[in-house]
Amino acid sequence: METLFIQIKTLLVNAAALVLPPWGVTLSSMIISALAILGLGPLIMMYLTLMERKVLARMQNRIGPNRAGPWGLLQPLADGIKMLTKEDIRPSAADPLLYFLAPILIAVPALMVFAVIPFGKGMTAADLNVGVLYFVALSSTTTLVIFMASWGSRNKYSVLGGMRSVSQMISYEVTLVISVVPILMAAGSLSTQTIVESQSGRWYAATPWGLLSCMIFFICGLAECNRSPFDLPEAESEIVAGYHTEYSGMRFALFYMAEFMNVFSICALTVTLFLGGWQGPLLPSWLWFLIKTYLLIFIVFWFRGTLPRLRADHLMGLAWKFLLPLAVMNIPAAAMSHFLSEPFSTAVPLAILMVSVAVLSFFNKGYAAEKRVYHFTD
Amino acid sequence: MIFGAGILKGMLVTLRSFVNSYFKKPDQGGLFTVEYPEKRLVAKERFRNFPFLVYDEKPEDPRCVACDICAKECPPKCITIVRDADAEGRPLKKPALFDIDLSVCMNCGICEEACPFDAIFMDHEFEIAGTERHQSLLYHKEDLLKSNGYFRQIRPSDAALIDARRKEAEDKKKAALKPAAPPEKKE
Ligand code: SF4
Ligand code: SF4
Repeated sequence: METLFIQIKTLLVNAAALVLPPWGVTLSSMIISALAILGLGPLIMMYLTLMERKVLARMQNRIGPNRAGPWGLLQPLADGIKMLTKEDIRPSAADPLLYFLAPILIAVPALMVFAVIPFGKGMTAADLNVGVLYFVALSSTTTLVIFMASWGSRNKYSVLGGMRSVSQMISYEVTLVISVVPILMAAGSLSTQTIVESQSGRWYAATPWGLLSCMIFFICGLAECNRSPFDLPEAESEIVAGYHTEYSGMRFALFYMAEFMNVFSICALTVTLFLGGWQGPLLPSWLWFLIKTYLLIFIVFWFRGTLPRLRADHLMGLAWKFLLPLAVMNIPAAAMSHFLSEPFSTAVPLAILMVSVAVLSFFNKGYAAEKRVYHFTD
Repeated sequence: MIFGAGILKGMLVTLRSFVNSYFKKPDQGGLFTVEYPEKRLVAKERFRNFPFLVYDEKPEDPRCVACDICAKECPPKCITIVRDADAEGRPLKKPALFDIDLSVCMNCGICEEACPFDAIFMDHEFEIAGTERHQSLLYHKEDLLKSNGYFRQIRPSDAALIDARRKEAEDKKKAALKPAAPPEKKE
């Protein structure tokens, strides 16, 4: 079971070696990995939509989709067919090039980040030595595409959504990158595979600085992929779904797909960087990886079922006034734990972080108006 | 108060509702959905939807006497009645045509209240959707006529009251007729 997928791939490559020259074998090995990812992305997305609807429904005391197939398992297919058969509308004032390109381009980085995710032992499609950097770089291009879509639609709501997306992305990108720094310091590598292997003794999330980093990374990741409660760029109730107001049918489905694949990759990367990746006892490594990732995805849906949308100024305040200083303070804390010996290597970072959380929450305390007392004259 | 305690409390609420939806009974916080086409709630006796006409023995003799009161009272005017006539053109006490346009009917039940002959009642039937706009919801006399037995079945307590009242009235009529007969003979 452990090497199931690797064996399948070896089998296919060996079969290709019978008929192809050596360079063809290398190429076919690449193509097989690429095809696996290309197939995986949409499949993951389809069933994440179902999972989200089910989880949200249960949280709201409903049943959720259960008509198409047993437990609604065919619902994503039905949705897909509906999307495909819908009319493809283009606003007459839209910029044709940007409008057509945006939905296609948005799926590209969402799929490409899958290349560096270690799905299991030796199951990274491309084990780049700059894996984390690659991820950060690619996922931030999504903003550009979102802005393309919003500008190309020539719709004021879309532009508002695009603006919000850009401002949100810039704020959270900084914090996201800084929150990964302690991990890179501890692992001494940017490669995702090495980071997972360096956690064989202890997950990074089991240390005080690692836990904090993990939480900051996860929150910023949510903001990056516009998930609730940071879904201001696509707030249905305020700006009519923001940047994809004007998109319908399959184009809309592509935006939707990119969003869900981003959720998956953010959760997968959180697992990789902080929660030990594919490491775990008994079960095969890829199964451990999927279990952990889906638990995190459940948390994402759980947030969506619980929290109301943030206000724009609160959103910015959270990033710049709370998460960013905390992420910066986390770096010396992580360094302390590296240079001190056992009892202090946990205690000192813990103390530093607790003090900074206390100080930051004191300075971030919102203004609460005094309760008014009414005096009646009679 | 710790930073974020409110968020944690809120998350607990949704988590509880998520878990309860799988493991608890409806009255203890579980799911209370009744999945309609397969399962359905028992209709309450006074549940009302669309009117139907009652006949006692055979559908050719409905209770309705074509007095037109219900058609006049019906607020959206969705009842059309044409009185029947015999071969010589004398009007009969029954309708030749009794149409209700159910797409117009607003389920108010005023026809039932207005009818002095206990001939029209509100039904429990509500699955009347059709595929056509104009004809499938225009119910004719044949579609509307249902037996008194059916009425007893869907609304037992109302039916018992009405049946008792009708029987009393009938008995009184007979009793009134009997003593009236002998004096006539004497003359
Ligand atoms: S249903 Fe009743 S009110 Fe209406 S015409 Fe017949 S007898 Fe008269
Ligand atoms: S229920 Fe109301 S609207 Fe419908 S036929 Fe009777 S009186 Fe008319």
